Amino acid sequence: MGRLTEALRARFGDGIVDAHDRSGDETVLVMREKAPELFRFLRDDPEMAFDFLIDLTAVDYLGKAPRFEVVCHLFSLSKGHRLRIKIPVPEDDCWTHSLTPLWKSANWLEREAFDMFGIRFEGHPDLRRILMYPEFEGYPLRKDYPHNRRQPIIPERDPVENPWPARGLGPAR
Amino acid sequence: MTLAARKPDAPVTDPIHEIMELQMGPSHPASHGTIKFNLKLDGETIVDCDVEIGYLHRGFEKMCEQGTWNHVFPYADRLNYASPLINNVGFALTAEKLAGIEAPERAQWIRMLTSEISRITDHLTCLGMAGMEVGAFTVGLYTNEAREYLYDLVEAVTGARLTVSYCRLGGVINDLPAHFADVLADRFAKIRAVLADCDKLLTRNRIFVDRMSGVGRMSGRDAISYGVTGPLLRATGVGYDVRKQSPYLFYDQVDFEVPVGTQGDNYDRFLVRFHEMEQSMRIAEQCLAKMPPGPVMISDSRFALPPKHDVYNSIEGLMNHFKIVMEGVRVPPGEAYQAVEGANGELGFYLVSDGSGRPYRVRVRPPCFFGMAALGDVLKGLMVADIVTTFGMVNMIGGECDR
Repeated sequence: MGRLTEALRARFGDGIVDAHDRSGDETVLVMREKAPELFRFLRDDPEMAFDFLIDLTAVDYLGKAPRFEVVCHLFSLSKGHRLRIKIPVPEDDCWTHSLTPLWKSANWLEREAFDMFGIRFEGHPDLRRILMYPEFEGYPLRKDYPHNRRQPIIPERDPVENPWPARGLGPAR
Repeated sequence: MTLAARKPDAPVTDPIHEIMELQMGPSHPASHGTIKFNLKLDGETIVDCDVEIGYLHRGFEKMCEQGTWNHVFPYADRLNYASPLINNVGFALTAEKLAGIEAPERAQWIRMLTSEISRITDHLTCLGMAGMEVGAFTVGLYTNEAREYLYDLVEAVTGARLTVSYCRLGGVINDLPAHFADVLADRFAKIRAVLADCDKLLTRNRIFVDRMSGVGRMSGRDAISYGVTGPLLRATGVGYDVRKQSPYLFYDQVDFEVPVGTQGDNYDRFLVRFHEMEQSMRIAEQCLAKMPPGPVMISDSRFALPPKHDVYNSIEGLMNHFKIVMEGVRVPPGEAYQAVEGANGELGFYLVSDGSGRPYRVRVRPPCFFGMAALGDVLKGLMVADIVTTFGMVNMIGGECDR
């Protein structure tokens, strides 16, 4: 078990659900309730000093409970170490805490995870779709979303609500 | 740019003090890439900027889950299409980490060499276009000429200029062609001459410096919080380079420097990229010198296609070939993250395998996504014309940012 994992286990005890370092990546699975405290510790503790939230994404383990995992990759420039934190998220209670108060990069990353998986990030200042358009139905990276599904054609937006209508293009096809 | 139409019942205010809303994009001649800036302007000063991405979303991650592991390589080419070989290498390294295999030594040197060639083509694209956008049209043509020299090299190695699909799990598809070293030396000499010309045309050019210097400043602290890496981060003075910090391949065995800036403005970003090209050429030359002869693909029959002779003449070879092509190579269950230094920063792949022949989850950490996330803040307080230069220096590649 890695050095970082041991330090986290000593401090958070039962909050750490699981840990491994297969393929050489230290990984810690943490309970959702403990996650904000843990991330703050990881960023502010001088021994941890994780100044980069390198990546945040999710994985859909359809058929397992809990269904989703939010996966964060952290990197410390001064210490040179990396850590992966995973938060299990159940399907019927699909949310986790936002990391936007800690890292600015969390803003767009969480928007993307919301867009693709429908996981809500509590405390996010501006949680809306980022790669897809607002009218998009469903969450494309969920495993029960077929890759060849067609989306309905969306109606033209109200020119008063949205003052840039398409002009001179003829009827929409 | 489209002017905002006033709502019919909106109160008439003094236009001088009015905040004007302007949508720049998604298809604007100065923004190479489909991107939309929702601007709030006070005169020509940007009060607020909401950056809208996603116009080039093709469902890369979803499509990668539909095919076998080796089917991902053609998709990976189409991420950052200005430096496709780095994407290939990044995915190959991550998948190999997960599978617990290692490419032969020669293949690893070739991957390094081709990555550096790709880095130069990417920087040439970025800098040439940056010059062009502020009126230095000549530079754009010069850098395109230099890029052609490199595309010839890429074509000689991979058979394609852009959509290379050169790597496989366990190696690369072909060895370097004969006389590659001579051609490379010739091409690098030509590129150095072109770069010297561009240096004279741009680096002390009054117009160029005025447009770039002091514009689009970002502090190192902000850049780190935004997760910005690569030339954008190094321009702020933070010397983070994946090749130095967590070396992959044989980057710890070659001698190169990481240029860093001081101001974090557009001019520093330009300089960092400019000097990186020389360093990349140094690395490429060292790769060629240090490269040992040998195979470029592992011989493990679970991952490598058997030789054609065996496929046509033995049932074992035929079966082996059929299994790999139809079912795909099998990667043991697990997860892995591996970062490589892309042309725009840390290009990371996070892969999850369920033990079958298809990836369960393919996640890319696109470096320019983070630069774009920071761009809205960087642009605040600047002029409309500064969007062009700042956006140019972020070097968003739509295919990578939107996937």
